[in-house]
Amino acid sequence: MKTQNNRAWFLVLPVLLLVAFNALIPMMTVVNYSVQETFGDNLFFWEGLGWFEQLLRSDRFHAALGRQFMFTGIILAIEVPLGIAIALSMPRKGFWVPVCLVTMALPMLIPWNVVGAMWNIFTLPDIGLLGYFMNHTLGIDYDMTQNPFAAWVTIIVMDVWHWTSLVVLLSYAGLMSIPDAYYQAAKIDGASPWSVFRFIQLPKLKTVLTIAILLRFMDSFNIYTEPFVLTGGGPGNSTTLLSIDLVKIALGQFDLGPAAAMSLIYFAITLLVSWLFYTLMTKDDAK
Amino acid sequence: MQKRSIVPILYIIFLLLPIYWLVAMSFKTTGEILSGFSLFPQTWTLENYRVIFTDPTWYWGYINSILYVSINTVISVIVALPAAYAFSRYSFLGDKHLFFWLLTNRMAPAAVFALPFFQLYSAVGLFDTHIAVALAHCLFNIPLAVWILEGFMGGVPKELDETAYVDGYSFPRFFVVIFIPTIKAGVGVAAFFCFMFSWVELLLAKTLTAVAAKPIAATMTKTASSAGYELGLLAAAGTLTIIPGAIVIYFVRNYIAKGFALGRV
Repeated sequence: MKTQNNRAWFLVLPVLLLVAFNALIPMMTVVNYSVQETFGDNLFFWEGLGWFEQLLRSDRFHAALGRQFMFTGIILAIEVPLGIAIALSMPRKGFWVPVCLVTMALPMLIPWNVVGAMWNIFTLPDIGLLGYFMNHTLGIDYDMTQNPFAAWVTIIVMDVWHWTSLVVLLSYAGLMSIPDAYYQAAKIDGASPWSVFRFIQLPKLKTVLTIAILLRFMDSFNIYTEPFVLTGGGPGNSTTLLSIDLVKIALGQFDLGPAAAMSLIYFAITLLVSWLFYTLMTKDDAK
Repeated sequence: MQKRSIVPILYIIFLLLPIYWLVAMSFKTTGEILSGFSLFPQTWTLENYRVIFTDPTWYWGYINSILYVSINTVISVIVALPAAYAFSRYSFLGDKHLFFWLLTNRMAPAAVFALPFFQLYSAVGLFDTHIAVALAHCLFNIPLAVWILEGFMGGVPKELDETAYVDGYSFPRFFVVIFIPTIKAGVGVAAFFCFMFSWVELLLAKTLTAVAAKPIAATMTKTASSAGYELGLLAAAGTLTIIPGAIVIYFVRNYIAKGFALGRV
């Protein structure tokens, strides 16, 4: 039981001030833009909710949102099961454990645009290792600047490369916290590997998987730099995810009003999905 | 060798292939890169690295990045420590709402904040300084650091605090002399994560800098477009950005699994 102490606010104050400076002021700027029209020269006109209505009816926004959900859905469907499978087959102790962990964490510490550039070099049709292998060894026509399907496969493989390790490391930490006695008991009962997984390992993984899925959802939903560097949103608009579209509108066309309205809706969707997921996952714990 | 170790081995090979290609590319001459495909560099050259280490616009990119990442890590961990202690030990008015609000900042797309950040930091006169990028990255690093530290602190029994107060320790002295050393693994992990997310983030860092504090990653983008297709140079710069991350991982290697679970297993 925690002690009731309102003076604890003083301990939180520096965090509150710093985050509020960074979060509230820019957020209010965005809200401010979202209800106004500007023609440059700092001239602003009241626009009301016009931008929001226009945006919610716009095909361009629907398309970008659809692509975004498709991207996030696919990478979650691949990364979560794959991450669990790899964590289950990793060694538990010995020399190879730190080697595995360090190598697996490496992709996550590479700056995001370097990840994009690296995959660009890797997939160039005649120069890159993967591009050369696909085109000249397998004879598959693979060029992601021409073919939308190839571009999609590439950004998904890149994200799997970049982030599956997060799920692996979290699941591995969860698995390591299961006492040996559980496995011994399962052995005595003659449990099959599947029931060991279903009734011993999976329940223990619930907390870490909640964190993993939440983090992967938020980060993949907000992804910008890697696909932008790799495909630039193309060919055409085929890989223009939500953030890429937003930056195009805000900084490319300098349409501040629509961009701000889009930012708010975007943020609201991220919040809503995260909250729904978190509530569903922790519903049983609260009882 | 067990049969099931084939899965991690394949996965690690998959992880290392693009990295290998980047490193191999960085040792090739531009002529060799453009003339066609070769699995290994035919003529090894250090020319790409020489350019980076002699040209100030390149190596200052590294120094800038390391400077703002370090400042950010220090600020984030120092302010997050007392806050995480408050969340883990006390209940106070609005604590749950505050905690949730902090976490929502982790969900905000950086693209949403790019333009307002530019205006805010220009208005307070910090544009193009290291401290601006360091402060901006606090937006997502402080909530994360609070979350991680709170997880680690929750594992420390409250009796530790009570015994220390009975022994006559004041709160600040207890906190610095006893409590922080107790959770030093958590502090290391929190610092690691702050380093990681500040090091890999580019959109805000690029928006908030022009010349004086320009990060290495932005220098790369500019070079890629302005100096034509200098793939070897780009690859060498990319290879060098992997090294700080690798060094930092090596230091936290024993806590890495628990750390990624944010101390919550």
